[in-house]
Amino acid sequence: MNKRLFGIAALFKTPDEIIRAAKKTVEAGYQKYDVHSPYPVHGIDRAMKLKPSKLGFITLVFGLTGSALALLLMYWTMSVDYPMIIGGKPFFALPAFIPVTFEVTVLLATLATVIGMITFFFRFPENDHPLHDTEYMKKVSRDHFGVVIEASDKHFDESKVREFLSSLHPISLEEIYYSEKETYPVLEPKFVTFLVVVALVTSGVTYFSLNKLLYMQPFTWMMEQPKLNPQQPSTLFADGFGMRTPVQGTVARGFIPYPYMGQNNPTEVLQNPFLPTKENLKLGEAKYLTFCSPCHGNFGDGDSRLRGQFPNPPSLHSSRAREFSDGMIYHIITNGQNIMPSYASQITREERWAIVNYIRVLQRAKNAKSSDLQVVNKETGNNASN
Amino acid sequence: MNIDYSQEAPAIAGRLSLAEIEELVARPLDTKPDRKYFIALSISGSLLLIGAVCLAFSFYYGIGLWGNNQPVGWAVPIVNFVFWVGIGHAGTLISAILFLLRQKWRTGIARFAEAMTIFAVMCAGIFPVIHTGRPWLAGYLLPYPNQHSLWVNFTSPLLWDVFAVSTYFTVSLVFWYIGLIPDFATLRDRTTSKIKKTIYSIFSLGWRHSSRHWQHYEKAYMLLAGFATPLVLSVHTIVSFDFAVSILPGWHTTIFPPYFVAGAIFSGFAMVVTVLVFVRKIFNLENIITMDHLEKMNKVILATGMMVGYAYGMEFFIAWYSGVQAEQFVFINRAFGPYAWAYWIMVSCNVIFPQLFWFRKFRRSIPVMMVIVILVNVGMWFERFVITVTSLHRDFLPSSWAYYTPTIFDMGILLGSFGLFFTLVILFTKSLPVVSISEVKAVAEGAQPTHHGGHHE
Ligand code: HEC
Repeated sequence: MNKRLFGIAALFKTPDEIIRAAKKTVEAGYQKYDVHSPYPVHGIDRAMKLKPSKLGFITLVFGLTGSALALLLMYWTMSVDYPMIIGGKPFFALPAFIPVTFEVTVLLATLATVIGMITFFFRFPENDHPLHDTEYMKKVSRDHFGVVIEASDKHFDESKVREFLSSLHPISLEEIYYSEKETYPVLEPKFVTFLVVVALVTSGVTYFSLNKLLYMQPFTWMMEQPKLNPQQPSTLFADGFGMRTPVQGTVARGFIPYPYMGQNNPTEVLQNPFLPTKENLKLGEAKYLTFCSPCHGNFGDGDSRLRGQFPNPPSLHSSRAREFSDGMIYHIITNGQNIMPSYASQITREERWAIVNYIRVLQRAKNAKSSDLQVVNKETGNNASN
Repeated sequence: MNIDYSQEAPAIAGRLSLAEIEELVARPLDTKPDRKYFIALSISGSLLLIGAVCLAFSFYYGIGLWGNNQPVGWAVPIVNFVFWVGIGHAGTLISAILFLLRQKWRTGIARFAEAMTIFAVMCAGIFPVIHTGRPWLAGYLLPYPNQHSLWVNFTSPLLWDVFAVSTYFTVSLVFWYIGLIPDFATLRDRTTSKIKKTIYSIFSLGWRHSSRHWQHYEKAYMLLAGFATPLVLSVHTIVSFDFAVSILPGWHTTIFPPYFVAGAIFSGFAMVVTVLVFVRKIFNLENIITMDHLEKMNKVILATGMMVGYAYGMEFFIAWYSGVQAEQFVFINRAFGPYAWAYWIMVSCNVIFPQLFWFRKFRRSIPVMMVIVILVNVGMWFERFVITVTSLHRDFLPSSWAYYTPTIFDMGILLGSFGLFFTLVILFTKSLPVVSISEVKAVAEGAQPTHHGGHHE
């Protein structure tokens, strides 16, 4: 027999006996022993001289971590990353953050306590412990109480331990051995197949729901609706279009019709109604940078940022462009010119004039005369030399 | 009529031995289910199916199938949510608060009540999610990092609800599982079937009933109970914030948190009694779930019913005392307006009928208690209906006043939630020990040492 001994177990019938047995075992100087009972017996930790459980520390640390994390997250999202005033509260609205802080604290503390207890204090799962499947375990699981003195104890001596346990008048003694060959249930073919099947099913279901299911009715983000979307056909109207054009001559609110639309070289253009005030130029700059600079460059040099995806426009500093009247530039923006499209639908009338004024500024700045460097006469607003 | 109240009645009747207790509790797990079981299961399954069909229709055609209208946008779905969350409060109360108060009688009913909590919260969770109309997008309720810096609104009570209900569910589940570990070990050691043994082994994690483990285990139970107690109070407080933090007359009151918590315990206990009366009969657990237990729960129902009644009265007083016209209108409208029928159902079921529990004879009579607790369940559903619908249906603008009637789909989904709840309960009774074996053993007669100079009474 080369079975390895784990320990010797003694069974008792009443809680009083087990308390006595535990006390005696401690007195005899054994340290590697354990007491088993179907439910916690009052006073057993005293009899065994166990130190109070330190589990509470895990709870404390993780509970505080939970509060701190929750507060930090709320502070960062609500006051740093995307500050937004809600209901007139400050960005860091502590009273309104209390409920979530409390819940996260409880959640983290509970989970940490339980997981910490199971993994760290119990070292579970442990289904291959030598005590499992013994007669002894079946009894203490039901209505008996027992002591096991383990072979790894310093003072362990088989005959002495037997003698000692017998002196406590147990109902039975049992030797408990390690199982003969080590088993690795994790490597069992059945278990491995099970894992593979679970993995396949999970990934299949995930793939299906994310890539197929969400594109089916009714999960399609309200895609299918009885109403007509723009550009959709309709059998209701004779022309088959879903969209309707307004009645001839309809004018949108705030819209002033442009009389020279579609003329390539208009003989007549509008007058610039706006003065190049500071605000007007600021507006012009902003709109120029947004709408014109991708093709014309930040300073109108024609250095397009489109890397050849669209033909480079000519410079706005040519003498031709400088000699355009304001109204002509306005015409080009409104009507477009050759391959440059019309911007009438994207830029309002006022913004277009502001851009014109801003282009004038660019042209003046790029073609500065030495007289421009002279001090401006504050009273007249003109250059001192003029 | 000579009852000695100075000494506590034993938690278990009939002087059962430890082994007998185990036999009693584990018997349903060892025997094949009988016909009655399948009949019950098919009834609850049919209800569940009705709910599933109604839900499928609602998803396909949209929630326009429900009765919700302008101005009653929060209607039966929210009523059902609050109703089920409330039912879910009894379990944790019994397992945590009564544990901290060292009430030994809780051991017989704690496991069952906890299971009911979990199932009820599952039912509750369905409603806010389907109420959005697009439940498959519910993931956006959680704060997740994204390139738009788009975060959930942490100052909104509706988000607090997301955190409170999900935390409550998780903690209840963990609490329940922790209680089950020693029982799984016991079942593992007594079963002869190989498959069962494998399953029980996995769930018992290798529990060995070691005293060194029991010590940490009891500590953990204590800590968890300590956390679950404020948690259970916070959950219904936060649910009440959904209403109270708004500025709608009828909702905007400071009495809501305690009033909701009392109501939750009230309805939760009523539901626990409803189910336990059947369970103890069917599974012959009369000695473990004794008449004393039921009587104690009926006392709690009486007490919380009075608190709820007080809140009803107080709301009217404050409406009058505040001098706010809109507030006064809402309450007069509640009691005498178009929804007066709902209001008076609520008052009679919740406040008037439970008064019978003042009499010991009625507290200990199964038929009387059955009728009353079912009325309480009905009454508490109507309480939420009254709060939600009557406050909304006549808002500040008389031109938008409307009468709300739930549709057949609303009712179908409510039935479905009952189906889900009872299906889970029925499955639970046959697959897990409905009473905590180890806890009941610990309070059996002669289970604890007699003289150890110990620290217990
Ligand atoms: C998509 C690129 C693109 C954008 C954006 C664009 N343009 Fe042009 N623009 C051109 C091209 C190309 C031409 C040359 C058209 C031609 O062949 O006559 C041009 C011509 C012009 C001319 C006439 C130059 C000349 O010498 O004939 C003016 C003035 C002008 N653009 C102003 C603007 C203004 C103001 C904006 C902003 C509202 C703007 N453009 C936006 C591409 C663009």
